[in-house]
Order: sequence, then structure tokens, then C-alpha cells
Amino acid sequence: MIWYIARRIIYLIPTLLIVSIIAFVVIQLPPGDFLASLISKAEETVDQAQVDALRERYGLDEPITVQYWKWISGIITKGDFGDSFEWNRPVSDLIWERLGLTMVLSLFTLAFVWIVAIPIGIYSAVKKYTIGDYLVTIIGFIGLAIPNFLLALVLMYIAFRYFGQSVGGLFSPEYIEADWSLDRVLDLLSHIWLPVIILGTAGTAALIRVMRANLLDELSKLYVDAARARGLSELKLLFKYPVRVALNPLVSALAWVFPALVSGSAITSIVLNLQTTGPLLYRSLQAQDMYLAGSLILLVSVLTIIGTLVSDILLAWIDPRIQLQ
Amino acid sequence: MTAAMPPPADDGAGAAAEVHAETRIVVANQWQLIWWKFRKHRLAMLAGLVTIFLYVVALFAEFFAPYSARTYSAQHTFLPPQSINLFQWTGAGWRFFPHVYGHKVQIDQESFKRTYVLDETITYPVGLFVQGEEYKLWGLFTLDVHLIGAAQFGDPVHLIGTDRLGRDVLSRTIYGTRVSMSVGLVGVGLSLLLGVILGGISGYYGGLIDNLIQRTIEILRSLPTIPLWMGLSAAIPLTWPPVRVYFAITVLLSLIGWTALAREVRGRFLSLKTEDFVIAARLDGVREIQIILRHMVPSMTSHIIASVTLAIPGMILAETALSFLGIGLRPPVVSWGVLLQEAQNVRSIATAPWLLFPGLAVVVAVLAMNFLGDGLRDAADPYQA
Repeated sequence: MIWYIARRIIYLIPTLLIVSIIAFVVIQLPPGDFLASLISKAEETVDQAQVDALRERYGLDEPITVQYWKWISGIITKGDFGDSFEWNRPVSDLIWERLGLTMVLSLFTLAFVWIVAIPIGIYSAVKKYTIGDYLVTIIGFIGLAIPNFLLALVLMYIAFRYFGQSVGGLFSPEYIEADWSLDRVLDLLSHIWLPVIILGTAGTAALIRVMRANLLDELSKLYVDAARARGLSELKLLFKYPVRVALNPLVSALAWVFPALVSGSAITSIVLNLQTTGPLLYRSLQAQDMYLAGSLILLVSVLTIIGTLVSDILLAWIDPRIQLQ
Repeated sequence: MTAAMPPPADDGAGAAAEVHAETRIVVANQWQLIWWKFRKHRLAMLAGLVTIFLYVVALFAEFFAPYSARTYSAQHTFLPPQSINLFQWTGAGWRFFPHVYGHKVQIDQESFKRTYVLDETITYPVGLFVQGEEYKLWGLFTLDVHLIGAAQFGDPVHLIGTDRLGRDVLSRTIYGTRVSMSVGLVGVGLSLLLGVILGGISGYYGGLIDNLIQRTIEILRSLPTIPLWMGLSAAIPLTWPPVRVYFAITVLLSLIGWTALAREVRGRFLSLKTEDFVIAARLDGVREIQIILRHMVPSMTSHIIASVTLAIPGMILAETALSFLGIGLRPPVVSWGVLLQEAQNVRSIATAPWLLFPGLAVVVAVLAMNFLGDGLRDAADPYQA
């Protein structure tokens, strides 16, 4: 097990390197260097000495590899992600809370997906080809086909039209800027369910299908018949073995559900105006605030990769056969 | 052959038909078997028809749309959808007269907000194959026939309503079909190219190069795609002409989307590599490239078609999402995502819920392609029970 984890962590290094290069490329993509955009945006004339200092700090006159090195070593050693020009603050001031909320949202959604998908998947496998099963399958397909943001728009419209309230955001207005407290957490919990449901639909639909297929495979095996012949009660028969075996591939599905959730939350968050990374990334890209945008892409990617790693290790722990491959 | 057989006795009819069916199966080629298996899957057949219909609409958008995508009318902004009434009461009885009712404009004296009130005294006749605006189909033929529209040229008939500039939502959605459906197709074409080449190399040669490509795929799959797409597509210069933006977006989508196809191709190659007919070809001294193209590729084509069909909806959804945010395709290009941009906030949806209509088109297209792909995947291997 330890060797397996060690190997996975070694694989992590090239992945992180590539992700950092991609993020750096995104920073470099807009035409001209960012100092030009800083100068064009500043209201008063910019002090030449200040410009020179910034030029020196980011190594703008030096080759691109040196610039990359300065940027990445600053992040690793000092946690310095550069400055956001739109906000006129260090990037690291802006992102941590939003990143945390993105993760909270994704984890809540993940929990929701599992809690909903597993029982429904079991139901639809046990009651194969009944009306309930067909209903679940059809709803599942529709859930997969509706883009998250469209669902968000429709639900917002329904809430506005028929309940007269505007939904959106993760906090009530008075808590947006507040410090963390029990009240703020409770406020968060009272708002988070809507985005969780919206984000969870596609994943739930996909996992129901996986769970149903897995369980159907298991249920047709001989040991199930043997157990039934010995008079085991149906419920015990179901949960003692087949369900447990069928859950394994579901854990491995975690590795792709999680990136999909983080990725999907970006657009839904923009529509619902959540205080997560999505809207901040969107605004920073529009304003060409590239250090902020690059850092967000880097950190969201790194967190996704770590999430994938955790799910892989979890799977290897549950199903030791994986380690041998 | 059947005609030449003597008419069998009643009890022999079933058996003879069975034998006949069996010989039919034995002599049928792979594609016939796939077709027979696919045909049994009713939902997939229906989905296939819907998909074909969508592509036909995309091809003949000018004919299907009552108006052009740019026709606007300042007097009819945010006009609600008009429903078609087939019959009219003439006093003496009902007569067949498809028409829609007109609207009266009421202006709120306080807020100056315009509201439309249905006015049943004004009727506009509606017909099929009506004369309307002139258009050039594919830039070649000048025509003026539209599938559906106002029977009298110039009447304001908007079956799904109009947007904030008074443009016909139905027509724009129909024109959007062209861009949205083709983005999926072109993007998947590019992914397929990358996927087949890299997946093929990976599966055929194995070893170090396989390991390298597999690690790359794993890395790409663990990235959150939408933030990445957002970052890359935001870098497309605003000054680029629409066609170039369109291609840049499809290239971006396929650069990240090829991995699933590459996996599928690799898996096929791995399992085919040890098949008897491939080994036989190799022992006969057939060149590598010929083994791949002549012997291996044909036996995995059906699987590839199935995975391609399943990959298109993802591309359509991604394009829609990016354009919806305003960092994908941009007006004057008309795609479903661009149209949904009009419905970006609750306020505009509350005034004009019909602006979500292009979303319905997205859902229908994605559902159809998913069902079709599912059916194709089941039929792809007709030798399996």
C-alpha cells in the first residue's frame, strides 16, 4: 500500500509541472505584457521607478523560462502568486476563501450525488424493467442532457416567478463580507442546497446508471442464486454481497466525477453568482487580470488533481487488486 | 430463391422461415448485422431520426426559418409567442383557416413599460411553403420559399416570440442549429484524428511510448476542463473574424476532448493485436501500415463511430457553455449558446421566458445524440449475443 501511494505521488510531480506550465501559458497569452495593461488602466500616470521595480520583480526583460521560474518559485517558496491589477491587491489575498468555498460546494455535491444515486441505482436494478426503472432511466438521461447553467436559469426563473424570491449567492447579503462565525456557517448551509442540486443532477444521473449496471451484473451471478436457495432473506441477500461489490466501480468513478464537478461548478457559479472561484476567474479573464486568472486555473487544477489522487488511494484501499496493476 | 421454393405446408412454414433467417444471418456482412441489431433498439432509431432531422435543418436553415437571423423589427420587441389556431368561427360554422392573433401594445403611463395584450380581432393567416424574404441557399440558389410563416408577406408572425431587438427567436434558433451542430461535428473530427493517431500508436507499439501517452491522457483527464477552456478561449483576440474564432474554439474543444477516443482506440488495438487474423497477416509479411489500415481499422470502425456519436454532445454542451458566457463564439455568429446569452439573468428571463427556447434545442440535440450513441454502442459488436 505504501509503495502504491509513493508511486502515485511520484506520478503527481510531472502532472503538477504540466499544470503549472499551462497556467503560465494562460498568463502569457494576452498580447503585450501585463505591465502595458497596468499602465493603460491606471488613472494617473504611473511612476517610472515603480514600473521598473515590477519589471524586475517578474523578470519581464528576461527570457520566458526565467519568468516562469520566478513565478513558480515565488509560489512554492513564499506563496506569492503575484498581484491582481484589477483589485490592486496580492492574488493570495483574494483567492483562498473562494477556493475553500469551491471545495465545500464540490464536496457537498459529491455527498449529495452519492446519497441520491446509490439507493436509486439499487432500486432500479432490483426492479428492473418496471415503470419505476424506466422513469428513473428517462429522468437520468434528461438530467445528463440539460446543461447545468440552463437548469440554474430555469430554477431561478421558477423561484422568481412563483415564489417571488431571487435565489442565488451562497450567503445572505449581510454575511458576504462578514468573518466566519457559526451564524455565517448556518447561513451558508441555508443557501448551498440549490447549487448542490443543480450541480449534482448530471453526476447523479451518470452514477445511477453505473450503479444499476454494476448491480445487475452482480445479481446474475451464481452465488446470489446459491444464497437465495439457502433461504437468505432478500434484503440481507442484496446488501450483504452484491451491493458491496457493485460499489467498487463507483469509488473509481469518483476520479472523474470530481473534476467534472469542479469544472461544472465554474459556469453554474457565474449564473448563480456564488462566491466561488468561477465568477472570479470569469471576471479576471474579461479584465485580462492575468496573474489572478492564471493562479486560479493553477490552484483549481491542483486541487482537482489531489482530489483524484485521494480517490485513487481510497479505491486501492477498498479493492487491493488495483495495487497490482 | 424464396420464390423458387414450393409452397410449404402450414406446419413447415415456421421452420422454413427460421432456416431462411439463419442462412440470411450467416451470409450477411458485418454492417448488415449491425443494422439489424440497431433496428431493434426503438429509442435509438427514433434518436437517429431526430439527429438526421437536426442536421437537415442545419443544412436548409434558410428554408426552415421563417425569417433571416438578422431581420429585426423595432415595433415588435419582446413579442410573446403566438400560438397557431387551425380553425376560425365565421358565424355560420368553423372553417379551416390557420392563423395567429395579433397584439395591441399598451404602454404603462408610469414606467413606460410596453406590454402586449392579445387582440383577437386581428388575425394573421399562417401557411406552409409561403413566400417570404429572399435568400440564397448555400450562396448559390436565390429562393423565397419558407417552410412556415405568414401567408401574407410582412405580417408579424413570430411563433416563438421575438428578442430585445424584435428578431424572430424561432428563426434564430434554426440558424443556430447550423453552427452548434457543426461545432460538435468538426470538433469531434479533430479529436478523432488526434485520438486515432495517438491511441493507435499507444495501443499498437506499447512499451515506453504507450506509457507516455497514457500518462498524458491521465493528466488531461484530471484537469478541470471548463476553467481551462475559459482561460484559453478568453485569449482569442476580439479582432479576429468570426470564422477564425469558430475554428479556434473547435480546436480548443478537441485539444482537450480527444482523450476518451484515444482510450477507446487503444483498447481496441490491444485486443485486436493478438487476434489470429492479425498474426496471420504479420507472418505473411504484410507491412505494418497495411496491417493497421487494411486489417485492424475496419474491425473497429463500428466502435469508433459509436464513441464519436457519444462525444459530440459533450462538444455541443461545451460550446454552448462558453458562448453563453461570452467567451466562446460571439455575435454576429448565431449559435445556441450565443442566443442563450440573451437570457443570462433572471430579469431578462422574467420579461421573456421564451428566450430559453434555444436551450430546449440543446437538450433535444444532446438527448438524441446520447440515445443514438448508446444504441450504436450496443450494435457495434453484432457477434456478441
